[in-house]
Order: sequence, then C-alpha cells, then structure tokens
Amino acid sequence: MRAIPQVMKNLPHLNRPGYFGEYGGRYVPETLMPPLLEVEKALSEILPSTDFQSRLKDLLSEYCGRPTPITHCDRLSHELGIELFLKREDLLHTGAHKINNALGQALLAQMMGKTHVIAETGAGQHGVATATAAAKFGLKCTVFMGAKDVERQAPNVQRMKLLGAQVVAVQSGSRTLKDAINEALRFWISHQADTMYVFGTAAGPHPFPTLVRELQKVIGTEARAQMIARTGGLPDAVVACVGGGSNAIGMLHPFVQDEAVKLIGVEAGGTGEPGCENSAAINLGMPGVLHGARMNLLQDAHGQICESSSISAGLDYPGVGPEHVYLHEIGRVHYAVAYDHEALAAFRKLSEAEGIIPALESSHALAWVFAHASDFAAGSKVLVNLSGRGDKDLAHALHFIQLD
Amino acid sequence: MKETILAAKKSGRCAVIPFITAGFPSRDSFWDTLARVDAAGADIIEIGIPFSDPVADGPVIEEISRQVLAQGMTLDWVIEGLRARVGSFHAKLVLMGYMNPFVQYGLERLAADCAAAGVSGFIVPDLPLEETPEFREALAPHGLALITLVGPNTTTERMKQYAPFSQEYVYVVSVLGTTGGVNEHVEAVADTIRRARAVFDVPLALGFGLRVPEQLESLPPDARPDAAVIGTALLQHIRSGASPASFLAPWLGK
Repeated sequence: MRAIPQVMKNLPHLNRPGYFGEYGGRYVPETLMPPLLEVEKALSEILPSTDFQSRLKDLLSEYCGRPTPITHCDRLSHELGIELFLKREDLLHTGAHKINNALGQALLAQMMGKTHVIAETGAGQHGVATATAAAKFGLKCTVFMGAKDVERQAPNVQRMKLLGAQVVAVQSGSRTLKDAINEALRFWISHQADTMYVFGTAAGPHPFPTLVRELQKVIGTEARAQMIARTGGLPDAVVACVGGGSNAIGMLHPFVQDEAVKLIGVEAGGTGEPGCENSAAINLGMPGVLHGARMNLLQDAHGQICESSSISAGLDYPGVGPEHVYLHEIGRVHYAVAYDHEALAAFRKLSEAEGIIPALESSHALAWVFAHASDFAAGSKVLVNLSGRGDKDLAHALHFIQLD
Repeated sequence: MKETILAAKKSGRCAVIPFITAGFPSRDSFWDTLARVDAAGADIIEIGIPFSDPVADGPVIEEISRQVLAQGMTLDWVIEGLRARVGSFHAKLVLMGYMNPFVQYGLERLAADCAAAGVSGFIVPDLPLEETPEFREALAPHGLALITLVGPNTTTERMKQYAPFSQEYVYVVSVLGTTGGVNEHVEAVADTIRRARAVFDVPLALGFGLRVPEQLESLPPDARPDAAVIGTALLQHIRSGASPASFLAPWLGK
C-alpha cells in the first residue's frame, strides 16, 4: 500500500497518569478531582475483578447480543478485488457499539454504589444507550443534550424519555455536543456524591479515555479471533470511523501490536469546501486543551473552540480522543478523511449491494475503503467496523439522495 | 500580593478582589471600567480571559464571555492594553483564564509578556496540581505566581500536596458548583477555611457566590477568609448601569 506510511516513532512521554505520549491528562477544576480519582480507582480495582467481568460478559451476551458476527461482503469483494469483511456492531441492542461502553460504565456505577448516572449526547445514540443501561440497572438517568440537537433529533429524545431518562436541553454556548459536555461536567461537580458521569467517547479527562477503550476493545478482540478462525490469519487492514473515537479505539487497539496489519481511522471532512466546518480534528486541527484533555482540536488562532460539522451527527465533535492523536504521531494508525458526499454514496452502496443499511458514521469508513480498494494487492483482507445501523439516519440521508 | 492582603488585614478589613471579564461591558469601555474598579479601592483585580467553553463558570460569566468573544476579544488585546498602561493601576493584577487560550499563546511567551505588562500572577481553573509543572516552569523565571485553588471536597491530605507549590494566596472555592452559585452551607465553608488555614502559610481568599459582605460575617470569627473574590454579582451590578464604586463600597467598609 503506497498511501500509508506506518513507521513507529519514539515520542516524549509525560510520565503522569492518563497520558498517551503528550496527550490526555486531567485538565479539570480541582472540585472535579475527587470524583475522577474515584472513577480511576474503580477502573483499577472493580473493572478487572472477576465479579465485574463475569457480570459484564453475561450482560453483553444475554442482553446485547455479543459476540457480534463478522460478515463477508461477497458482491462488494468481487467488485473491489479485495476480501471485505464487516464487524457487525450494528446488530447490537440499541443498534450501535455505544451500548458496550454505557452498559459497562453503568454496571461500574452500580458497583461503586452510585444511584444516578448522567451522560452527554449529540445525536442521541449515547444518550439512548445510557438511558437503556440505567433502566436495566434501576438507576436514575439524566442526559444533557444541546438545545439545537434536541430539535434536530426528536425521535431519540422520545426514546430516552420512554426509557425513563430526564433530558436536559442545554441552552449555553453553541447549544451542541461540546456544550452538553460542559453542562454535564458542571452538574457532576455539584452532584458527585451519588452520581457517575458515563462519558460517551474515548476522550475527556483521565480516566475516561482508558475506561472507554477498555470497555470497547471487546470489538477488536472478538474481530481479531473471528478473522483468524474464518480466514486462517490476521486481516491486512482494519478500518474504523473516528469522531471522538470510541468505536475506532475499540476496534484498532487489539491490533496495535500486530505490526503487519495496516490500521486506518477515517475522520469526517464535512462538505470539503475550503474553510468549511468539518470534524477532522487530527487532519485539520491543532493540539490544545478541552473537556479535560490535551488533544487535537478545531480551534481559532486564539484558542477558542470552533463548531464542528458533519452529515453524521455521531462524528460531529471538535476534538478527538488523546490516544488517537498519539497513535497518529507515532505513525501506527493512518488517519484519513472522507467527505459528506462520499459517506452518502457508501451508505447507498452497502445497502444496495449487501442488504445492510450502515450508520452514516460507519459509512465514512466504508467510503475510504471504496475509494482506496485499488491501493491494496488483489485479495487483501480488509476488515471494517460497522459501528452502527443506519435506520436512524434514513430521514436525514433522504434529504441528500434521490430514490426512484 | 500576599503583602497587599496582609496590609488590608492590618487595617482591620478583608482584602477585596473584584473579578471583571476582559472586554466587559464593551471593548470600548473596558479600560475605563477597569480604572474605576481600581480607583474604588480594589486590592487585587482578577481580569477574566474569556473562553468558549468555561466549564467552571455559571451562566452569567459564560454569557458575558460569549458576548465579549463575539466582539473579537483576545488574550493578545488584553496583554497589549495592559502593557500600554503599566504603572497606572494601584491594585495588583491577576489573569484568570482557562488553559487553552494560554497554551495557544505559548506559555513562555505568556509569562514574559505578562511580566512586562505588570501582571502579578495567574489563576487557571482547569489546571489541577498534577498538570501544573509546565505552567509553573514557565512562570518561575519571571517571578509570576500560579494561584492554588481548593474546594470543599479537597481533602486535607491533598491540600498538603498543594502547599509546597502555593504562592501569594490560596483561592478557596466556597461551593461544589460554578461561579455565581449559591452557598447556604456556612458550616461547610467554615470547615474548608479552617482546614486550609491549618495547611497553608499564605492568606486565603474566598470566592464563588459572594454577593454581600454580610455573607462573611455569617462565618464564625475563626473561619473568615483574608480576602474576598467578587465576580458574578459585580458584573451584574455594572451591567445594570451602576458604578463599580457603589458596589465595592460596603466591601471596603466605606
């Protein structure tokens, strides 16, 4: 493959908790340190315990439908000249990988003795997953959602309410996901005694990037074993879409040590017009500090955060998880960009060719593969994380594509 | 700044630290407003550097930050303005702002430029102890202070970890909440102040949610702060068209 130089580099590492190279950390008000230290302790003591692990395993299997299968795309493989496999997170309960994390963190909250979970949500997927997990465990649930998103994502707001969650429409700032995170953090400061913040992506202050990865890496661990069982070896390349980066870190992390496997993260490039808003923080952003972490950000020259934009609400975030920035810097993962129109074309192509309607988020990963299939040697095995199903996107996508 | 607070104490009052967001109430009237706050008798003034995502602030300061950013307020503008006015303020000046605008300005350049502009120190609400080394390293050659913040949930053990790095004064956050929040738990505030006093050898400033000096008088005599930070209530007062002096007078015992 020519387009993807992957040379491991050694980078300075800040020897402090929660750093990936010089990214990550814990940039929060002092009043948030005690609850974060409490979650950090739970991550190192409760999460690895046999009790937690066996309960989580049972729930993921009996309640969520794990393990999810891998599917070989016969028709597309023939057309593209590669062997294309999908990891089917779209088949999970609630329709996306988000439940892996929400269920794990809600179980952790319960075992920590918390009675209330809070979450931020953009499109509503993480909010629905958290509300689902809270209902399952009998926990009180409050979801913070930008007022603009509450208007745009009415069906998910109704789903959360049906599941018993309270939805708070955040009116501050740009009234989108980043402001919902700010408001959730503020709420947590004043309700920390009984509340756990179920963070939705592999970003935020330490220990969230690590905690979310640990709960999502089941995707890559399963897929790696399934590829070996199905094909007799590792895939040649693994591809996942990257917004905040939770499905991507879950898929890619278990392959990081497999040096022969190319790893590709695909960011959302928006409309692709010069100067337009996008959600590609690694490709088009600069290092900075937001939501408790040092990471790449879409920002102006003075350090004010820009609004992100993508046709896919789940990738629409001005930052990206610190471990991804690190994997980019050391050259282990190649981060590419797919634009709105490419994702829409991929959304349609997978539906027509394989009978699978992908989420617009996952469509970005597919779009990259469709555009770069000819870069691969014939018969290369390419594994894509199909992070979610596209039913939720139908109404939005139909504004842009014409069906006969 | 430690001496400034101790001097106020010697004259029988609590030192007064007003907070004002840079560019408030407007870009044109900010420097005049700052001069009036200074002339009213402030001991130290905190100049707020606006940020798009101010997670430690309540709705009033967040909204004001948004307004001044919309008018094109930047850290460069504040530092240039201060440099042009070096020596014209009686009060000591502190910049209070979130990490990202400081990081983008460059920490070493920030320290050098702020020292030349007459700034005495920084308060960074999203910089807990573990993340302070680079900031402290940048400030040290210029003799600038990084003010420690502690809250009601900061354990005595953790305060002791902060102690060796605490300079000039310690900012005690009165509430588990954001700026402008209401604090009705006098006992909790008193407990935090007593614990902080036993650990730190610098004066204590109390902030978040202070509106009237009577709030301090409700604290037990042995648990009163050496200085009071007033932000949200002062900004609301100025926004209503009233003078900074009329707000600060009761705080200064005038």
